[in-house]
Amino acid sequence: MIEMSEVSKIYPNGVSAINGITVKINKGEFVYVVGPSGAGKSTFIKMMYREEKPTTGSITVNGIQLSKLRNTKVPLFRRNLGVVFQDFKLLPTLTVFENVAFAMEVVEEHPKDIKKRVMEVLDLVGLKHKARMVPTELSGGEQQRVSIARSIVNSPQVVIADEPTGNLDPETSWEIMNILEEINNRGTTIVMATHNRDIVNNLKRRVIAIDNGRIVRDEQRGEYGYEY
Amino acid sequence: MSIRTLRRHFRESGKSLARNGWMTFASISAVTVTLLLVGVFFVIMMNLNHIAENIQKDVEIRVHLDPAADDNNKDLIGQKIEQISAVDTVAFSPKEKELTNLIDEMGEDGKTFKLFEQDNPLNDVYVVKTKEPVDVVKTAKQIEKFQYVQNVKYGQGYVEKMFDVVEVARNIGIVLILGLLFTAMFLISNTIKITIIARRREIEIMRLVGATNSFIRWPFFLEGAWLGILGAIIPIAFIAAAYSYIYDFVSPRIQIKFVELLEFNPFIWQVSLILLLLGAVIGVWGSLMSVRKFLKI
Repeated sequence: MIEMSEVSKIYPNGVSAINGITVKINKGEFVYVVGPSGAGKSTFIKMMYREEKPTTGSITVNGIQLSKLRNTKVPLFRRNLGVVFQDFKLLPTLTVFENVAFAMEVVEEHPKDIKKRVMEVLDLVGLKHKARMVPTELSGGEQQRVSIARSIVNSPQVVIADEPTGNLDPETSWEIMNILEEINNRGTTIVMATHNRDIVNNLKRRVIAIDNGRIVRDEQRGEYGYEY
Repeated sequence: MSIRTLRRHFRESGKSLARNGWMTFASISAVTVTLLLVGVFFVIMMNLNHIAENIQKDVEIRVHLDPAADDNNKDLIGQKIEQISAVDTVAFSPKEKELTNLIDEMGEDGKTFKLFEQDNPLNDVYVVKTKEPVDVVKTAKQIEKFQYVQNVKYGQGYVEKMFDVVEVARNIGIVLILGLLFTAMFLISNTIKITIIARRREIEIMRLVGATNSFIRWPFFLEGAWLGILGAIIPIAFIAAAYSYIYDFVSPRIQIKFVELLEFNPFIWQVSLILLLLGAVIGVWGSLMSVRKFLKI
């Protein structure tokens, strides 16, 4: 599903973010990516959806070799990925429904399909009854659920989440985790960068720990393992 | 691209125009002023050109023959003139005919010239027309060197000056128009830049969920085109109205030969189309500049 081989990333300003990572994530896995701030987690994640290109090494996602992927083909590649962020990235002027529908509109789906599918995923994240509200009328947890709904509305094979619970209180974080777990149970691969020790230690999944741009630990049903 | 998508692009571009209110207004105003000047200038230029062409078309070379030339010499000169490649027509006008023409032109006073019928002091003349008005001077100088040609008349000095004036006016006009067009284009480009910045988040999300680059760019091109096209409306209306008024007012009052304005139809339609296209082109071009610079996709 996702394969990295000897991947390094040096930013143009000379910062070396990733120093030779080789890793394989299989279909249907749920993976935590942990590590201190500035360890290279974000770069690691960004390279998966080709927001960043590796300086050396090769990455294959969904069978597509990213180093050979032309810029014009990136949009088509991204349609098989869902991305969730810490800050939700919702459009404040659109309603919940429109925010989710947006992802389908821009890939030119048929309006009929859009309506049906959007209500389906809103139901999955438990926000069907708030479809007409705008993001500012929702709590942080609800906004993140909308963002998750948007990321899965095009039925991607992989969902990449960059600290999805970073802005949320513990209780709300668990709501989000329940939804991600549900999505994972339906067969979608999930890669989640997180700082949330409580979640990693209680909902045990594969843990990839990154420090100084290297994988320092990779274990099934791992622990968070940091003091911060 | 499906009709539905196209409709969406149109809707989005319209929303941007409304959202950028004042900047939209400024851009459209800039285009309006520019195209108004361009249009007025263009109309004047085309009419000047038209008048100049009319005059030029009428410029003829009158080759006065030496009275000493016999019929053979005259035929020979006629043939030699015809052989010049720039020459279109050659007509021989004997001195008797020249005198009749003169008498007719002078009207009442001309009758006194009838006295000369017995001893005609005029020359036989070849009236030469060139294919292109520009060749008049060159051809006249060539003919002047022939044997038995006394002199050549074609409105010396006057013709050259007219060509110069038309050319200078045209060049000044082109420079002025280009400058104005660039100004309008940069203003449009700036408006689009503001749109792009205002929609940065939307664009970011579009990219994340897999919208193609052309899908993202389209609304901006349309917005640019709108600015240009909307800016062209007032100039077109103004020029059409003003020209129709001026044409009706001026045309019946012109007494001078050669001087006539271009007819309203189809001239103004052509001008309108040109202005509309110019507006759309600078709009799309301005938008293209911003999209390339600020939309790094």
